[in-house]
Amino acid sequence: MSVRDDIADQLGVDFDAVDPIRVVLYGTLVGLVAFYLSPLESGLMTALKTEAEFATSPPFVPPTADGFTLEPFSVAIDTLASAILNSIMLAVPATILSALLGSFAAYGLTNFEWRGQLGVVTLFIAGIFIPYQAVLIPLSRLWAIVDTQELLAPVLDITLFSVQVPVLGTVELATHPHYASIINLIITHAAYGIPITTLLFRSYYKKLSTEMLEAARLDGASAFTVYRRIVLPLSTPMFAVTLIYQFTQIWNDLLFALVIIPSGSGPAAVATIALNELTGGIIQTFNTQMAGAFVAALPTLLVYILFGDKFAKGVAGEA
Amino acid sequence: MLLNTLKRLLGRDGSGDCGTEARADGAASLRADGGTPTSDGFDIESVVSSLRESEAVRSAPFWLPPFLLMGFFVYGAIGWNVIISFTDFAGLQLPTYDPTAFDLEMYRRALSDGQFWLATRNTFVLLVSFTGLSLAGGLGLAILVDRGIRFENWFRTIYLLPFSLSFVVTAVFWRWMYNFDSGVINVFLRGIGLDFLASKWLAGGVELGALSAIPLVPETLQFKLFAVIFALLWQFSGYAMVVYLAGLRAIPDDQYEAARVDGASTVRMYRRVILPQLRASTVSAAVVLMVFALKAFDFLYVMFGNNPGPTADILSTMMYRQAFAANEWAYGSAIAVVLFLVALAVVAPYLYGEYRRGEL
Repeated sequence: MSVRDDIADQLGVDFDAVDPIRVVLYGTLVGLVAFYLSPLESGLMTALKTEAEFATSPPFVPPTADGFTLEPFSVAIDTLASAILNSIMLAVPATILSALLGSFAAYGLTNFEWRGQLGVVTLFIAGIFIPYQAVLIPLSRLWAIVDTQELLAPVLDITLFSVQVPVLGTVELATHPHYASIINLIITHAAYGIPITTLLFRSYYKKLSTEMLEAARLDGASAFTVYRRIVLPLSTPMFAVTLIYQFTQIWNDLLFALVIIPSGSGPAAVATIALNELTGGIIQTFNTQMAGAFVAALPTLLVYILFGDKFAKGVAGEA
Repeated sequence: MLLNTLKRLLGRDGSGDCGTEARADGAASLRADGGTPTSDGFDIESVVSSLRESEAVRSAPFWLPPFLLMGFFVYGAIGWNVIISFTDFAGLQLPTYDPTAFDLEMYRRALSDGQFWLATRNTFVLLVSFTGLSLAGGLGLAILVDRGIRFENWFRTIYLLPFSLSFVVTAVFWRWMYNFDSGVINVFLRGIGLDFLASKWLAGGVELGALSAIPLVPETLQFKLFAVIFALLWQFSGYAMVVYLAGLRAIPDDQYEAARVDGASTVRMYRRVILPQLRASTVSAAVVLMVFALKAFDFLYVMFGNNPGPTADILSTMMYRQAFAANEWAYGSAIAVVLFLVALAVVAPYLYGEYRRGEL
């Protein structure tokens, strides 16, 4: 009996089960975790440090008691709060709109059979891949010609509701004249979201039982009834996937906001634009910048942490 | 026969008109070629009723409104952009859409513009290296995660996490990572005694010496573009992993078993049995990654503003700068058309392949 087996006996461990390949495997996996989390970890640590502290200590080390501060976060929240509200008022309606339209289109293109259908489907799917630069100038021309503010003058500038939020006080969720450019963004995002939402819903509707739909149709149900009574209720899981995916995409967009919101900033600025302005200054206050990045990313991070599996599905569905 | 003709007409109609117009068109053209093949009593009633039953018409209320909205914004805008690129639209003056004045001047200007060629070169460097590296990284991750590990969900979630962030947030984090004095990368390199590697990642470079004799290869190779590619790799390799994992999971278990029974080593099994079956995953992930590379504008814009300089300028940043900073609208449109054609060259073969295999 070797020494090794002796030790193993005493400890009650079977050393042969500890496969060196598995050790290397887990070592690699953990090393990769460090790589993927390091920008976030050092960002969070930096955001909790005073200026004197972050300039002198290694970025990934937690702050010392003296160097700890929450001020970067309060500055970031103050600066970004209105932009985040704008982003919510943009992303929520645009997400719902593009998911609904995608569901309609997918139903019309999947559960019916007609000539030329595939051509239409191809046009929808090709729309996923266009580089947005190819439509930017027409978009800016279009929204310069269509004066949403003028068109919607009677309904803008009304308070939707106000809520008491602890810490922040009374928050009035109101549409303001600048909301016109957010409405332009909503329409734009809804339109450019349709191709991907159609693809996602179509992959799902292809798997629906045709017998069931056929039976309903033979019973004299109209296409609308079939959609409302059968297809829509069955789509709930796919709506979850699509809403999560689209919300992330729209929240994260910078390009359309740069082009469609006049002069890019001001009261209608969305979170990505406000964050870019916060971090674009000459003075390199990295602690505030990092706090700003976390504040602006918070909604998508929350969505990801809560619904990670559905997000992954949306991602894989895009492939 | 009649129904077929109608269906064909309706099928062709898919390009844009709304349902009721299609009905009118269909009926009109039928009447126009009056007594042709169907002489057995032309009856408007039956036409209308068969139209009502026609699947195209029944489904139109669902797909047509989204199609019109999407078609206007996507294809209408692309067409509009092409037209603007034929004009001389610049400055504050509005474009004049006079077909007789259309010319290819903006494209000629691009061809003789050194900046355009640099941006094109950088675009292809970014496209190829970013896509290739992300695929390789994602495949590696997928194979590791697929080895029946514990806490698989945790690992997978962490690797995909950066993908949920916006380009803006990623760029803010990485500008700090690359900071010369106290960024993570240099602090780490100095910490493990590799001080000489610590560099100004966003501004520095290495001398290329003799290599710069090759056309389009600069004298100093700046790190900028590679720093960008590395950060994007961090953000997107998790995406490639998810696609590959789905591919790996779709391979039946008995194929792994069979390879093992045959005594194949793990490496050999992956090379001979598994990898060839991941072709479809590779193709679809590659297409999506290339499209993201073409959209990398947000990232570069936040990192470097609207002029990333000759070594990191890509077509999308150049297009934005020409149009929205210099107000050279027509020139910007022409660059956008080139960018669109690059995307088309990537996507069209992919979509055609999907179509051929009946997977659309």
